[in-house]
Amino acid sequence: MPWKNAHDRYGVVAMIFHWGIALTVFGLFGVGLYMVDLSYYDSLYNKLPHWHRSTGVLLAFALVLRLLWRFWSPPPTPLSSHTIMERRLAAAMHWVLYLLLFGMVISGYLISVADGRGFSVFGWFEMPALIERRPNLEDTAGDIHEWLAWTLIVLVAMHAGAALKHHFIDRDATLRRMLGRGK
Amino acid sequence: MNFMKNTGKSFAAAGLALALAVPAAQADERSGTYKFDREGQHQFVQFRISHLGFSYLYGRFNDFDGEFHFDGENPENSSVSVTVQTRSVDSNHSERDRHIRDEDFLYVSEYPQATFESTSVAMHDEDRATVTGDLTLRGVTREVDLDMELVGYGDDPWGNYRMGFEGHTTLKLDDFGIPEELPEADELKLILSVEGIRQ
Repeated sequence: MPWKNAHDRYGVVAMIFHWGIALTVFGLFGVGLYMVDLSYYDSLYNKLPHWHRSTGVLLAFALVLRLLWRFWSPPPTPLSSHTIMERRLAAAMHWVLYLLLFGMVISGYLISVADGRGFSVFGWFEMPALIERRPNLEDTAGDIHEWLAWTLIVLVAMHAGAALKHHFIDRDATLRRMLGRGK
Repeated sequence: MNFMKNTGKSFAAAGLALALAVPAAQADERSGTYKFDREGQHQFVQFRISHLGFSYLYGRFNDFDGEFHFDGENPENSSVSVTVQTRSVDSNHSERDRHIRDEDFLYVSEYPQATFESTSVAMHDEDRATVTGDLTLRGVTREVDLDMELVGYGDDPWGNYRMGFEGHTTLKLDDFGIPEELPEADELKLILSVEGIRQ
């Protein structure tokens, strides 16, 4: 399989980005929902937020690399069977998903650094606070983070639903092209 | 000679003014209504709570206001009221503050304000008193006793008259419906340290 995208299918790099980020986002969403309800004495009370923060930072780097790769190696051309409307909707959805993902990592980062302190990423390196301490920023950022998360999950479900519709109802190659099979 | 005469008159006038002023001074110059020095930020609502029984955590509320009325002749007629914006809680750790603000602790979206209204003052000596009042926190109103100390009073260097107090009390979290269970930290010390400017 080629690394780069071809005109009729995605390459290995784009697929790894797509499915890796998808899995990571589901994981972060589940852990995020679970960890905010932990009691103070739970052994995971500090661990899960640490993992969530750390993974979020790695996700941010992955998103930047993914976008760079996307410009270097553009996605395949839409199937000729897709209507103009379908093409526009799909493209709009992709960019909205990117926007939401960046919104998620930025708002999440701001929750953690609202007190002006950076944080450790898996103990590997320190993510610095690029802003000064700002009172109640963690509230604004936290509320945005929560709303964006739900919006993202709903849109991801629509995105996945559309892919499944193309696969099972239209019986075209839309989903297969992201699974390493052309045509 | 004219000079001497005028000086004599001035002295007489000053004496008269002094004589008039004395009864006023006996009414106790400290009496009056004092607003907390919010602008100069000489006011603190602090709390101290045990962390797992290992150490003490200090936090504060950054946004609150209040005033007190001081009756110098009969200090037991004095009173104080405080309104705290609970969202301004600050323990110098953004994620912890967010947890303290949610339903597990202060539930600030539902109960944005905490208030204290004194109901009685019992003097122990010139500078010490127990101030009893209603503390409303997380929607629950309970009577609490503040051990209050009159720290100082007098003219400040900028033309105002100031008076300052510090008081503290101990609260049980459970008494105010805080659901999070912290076995080693079921109560906290609440400290009010304020300076008022006489209006």
